[in-house]
Amino acid sequence: MLPITTLHFLVVAAALFVLGVIGVLTRRNVVIVLMSIELILNAVNLNLVAFSRIWGLHGQVFAIFVITDAAAEAAVGLGILIAFFRNKETVNIDEVDLLKW
Amino acid sequence: MLNYITSYLDKTVQTTPGQAGNLFWALVYILFVFGGVSLAVVGMNWLERKILAHMQIRLGPMRVGPHGLLQPIADAIKLILKEDIIPANADVAVFWLAPLIILLAVFSVYCVVPFGPTHAITDMNIGILFMLGVSSLGVLGIVMAGWASNSHYPLIGALRSSAQMVSYEVAMGLAVVSAVLMTSLNPTGTGTLSMIGIVQAQYAQHVWFVFKFFPLGFIAFGVFAIAMVAETNRAPFDLPEAESELTAGFHTEYSGLRWSLFMLGEYGAMIAVSSIAITLWLGGWMRPFPNLLHGAAFDLAFSLFPALTFFGLAAMTFYSTAHMPKHPFFRLQTLGLGAFGALFALIGFILLIPQVFQRVQDIFWFIAKIAVFMYLFIWYRGTFPRYRFDQLMKVGWKVLLPVGLGVLVLTAIVGVMA
Amino acid sequence: MISSIIAAALVQTRPPADMQPVATPFFFYMLSGLMILGGLAVITRKNPVHSALALIVTLLGQAGLYLMLYAPFVAGVQIILYVGGIMVLFLFVIMLVNLERTQQEKSFNKQWVIGFAAAAALGVMFVSVYVKGRALFPELPVAPLEAENTQRIGNMLYGNYMFAFEIASLLLLVAIIGAVVMAKKRI
Repeated sequence: MLPITTLHFLVVAAALFVLGVIGVLTRRNVVIVLMSIELILNAVNLNLVAFSRIWGLHGQVFAIFVITDAAAEAAVGLGILIAFFRNKETVNIDEVDLLKW
Repeated sequence: MLNYITSYLDKTVQTTPGQAGNLFWALVYILFVFGGVSLAVVGMNWLERKILAHMQIRLGPMRVGPHGLLQPIADAIKLILKEDIIPANADVAVFWLAPLIILLAVFSVYCVVPFGPTHAITDMNIGILFMLGVSSLGVLGIVMAGWASNSHYPLIGALRSSAQMVSYEVAMGLAVVSAVLMTSLNPTGTGTLSMIGIVQAQYAQHVWFVFKFFPLGFIAFGVFAIAMVAETNRAPFDLPEAESELTAGFHTEYSGLRWSLFMLGEYGAMIAVSSIAITLWLGGWMRPFPNLLHGAAFDLAFSLFPALTFFGLAAMTFYSTAHMPKHPFFRLQTLGLGAFGALFALIGFILLIPQVFQRVQDIFWFIAKIAVFMYLFIWYRGTFPRYRFDQLMKVGWKVLLPVGLGVLVLTAIVGVMA
Repeated sequence: MISSIIAAALVQTRPPADMQPVATPFFFYMLSGLMILGGLAVITRKNPVHSALALIVTLLGQAGLYLMLYAPFVAGVQIILYVGGIMVLFLFVIMLVNLERTQQEKSFNKQWVIGFAAAAALGVMFVSVYVKGRALFPELPVAPLEAENTQRIGNMLYGNYMFAFEIASLLLLVAIIGAVVMAKKRI
């Protein structure tokens, strides 16, 4: 196990991805679901950068774009959460069940 | 083992210990920097109180030692002996962790500060990016401190302080980008983000970036100088920790040793952002006028500066000693002050030895420029009234951001055309 | 050795940074252990502030892994944007929407069994892909130049990926306007 190969990084990324998926599927608090989505995005980034070490810098450029998009998505998602919280006083994701109120 | 240690001292080695991979010397440099910053914070405490006092035509601390020189030590002992109070219903883990995060953020910045061409702990390829990023981790510590205190004033102070820091980070980033842009106008054609590389770019282009494309470099430096005062929550942007407004803001509920960690973090952050400004615009470790006044005679004259500075300090101390009251109560204090002056004179004599000042010259000029900036910080505190919070945010977003953007675009245009 | 000389020629007058990485397995296992523990803490803590702090630990560990993968620019971007920007935003919003009663309720929802089963199936799929496709991943990748990573990424961003760069900036503009409009009290 001593030399650290690409597969080691891929396994860590897969573990983080699975943890993020569990968080998205099973938690009730909206903020924690959003944080699990960030975990998923980070796992994907780790995959990209691990492969970019073998196959050129395109992976790192892609990872930078993913981080940019994650920032935009987190901002908009949290804005939606604040707007929702102002109306319904709850952060339980099971209660986000109306298309229009 | 001995080979490992002395291999770095070899004359042909021209890199920092981090780059050379020498762990022992990296640790030695880390200890030097850590000790130096702590000493500087202690000195800043005394200097701030004395200089503010003299600006307000009073004397400041005079009792504890001769001219209050032992006041910081008395303060430190008092803070250590105070009771450690944790508010009820406070989140104890987060409360305990917040000052440590601020200290971690502030002290990690010093890993890349270049005190000389090889006198840095390490030189990263992404030096300035690392410094900006790690210093933005301090915001997290402040938010956690305010939140964990479970009380109104700390929460409002933490929210205001973090909003202010985040806003002025944008202006700082733009000013930094415009300085990095200037490094790409060097003879090899590629810019660099590394701190030592930026100073060497200024050396290669024969101009400090504050004077390059005048007034563009100067305006960028001005934007950064204002933003860095707001970034460290210092006057006139110190609403989040002002006593008459918020009873000390986010560190209200911290007492004793924990509060001294916040103070250490604040002064350390001041020195860190000053060193960013010095490296990017003021030529880092270079002596003034390196290209205008070059030649062996000027080199010799400027190399006497460290020794002359310490002799000047020794002369001031001996003057104060001569004017101490002649009462037997003050005998010990007079002796102490005289010994302090003798210490300065001794350091001045050591700095006259050629081998010593060859190695120490760069560090001296860097620290002299930091000292100028610290004096500016204290001067601002004594001069300007405090900004109200909406005025503060207005300045950050509506004044500094457009000016920073304009300077960046103009620098790019002038750089491409010239 | 030749690549170091070329790097030295390209990057100012500094000598080549020719250092060998030290104690790689130790740092890798420490950082990945920290990240996985942090991820576990994110999905299991009742208090969202503790989850956010655990996520900060995970993201900082990730920046360390990027440095091990010879990607210093991405590591710097991760620290500035993710930890210094996104997590501060998360902490602000957590402080705004934190209700005391949410911490006494159950933290896992009613479908947690199916959720775990689906995640376990996903994990099994990952494991089977990595075991069966082991030949696809080269064993010891060559260590690329670290000295001019930023310059090369800059060339690519302004060369190949110029279009994507501009679209990303438009995306950020739309996100700024969207977030401001969403969070306002009265439009």
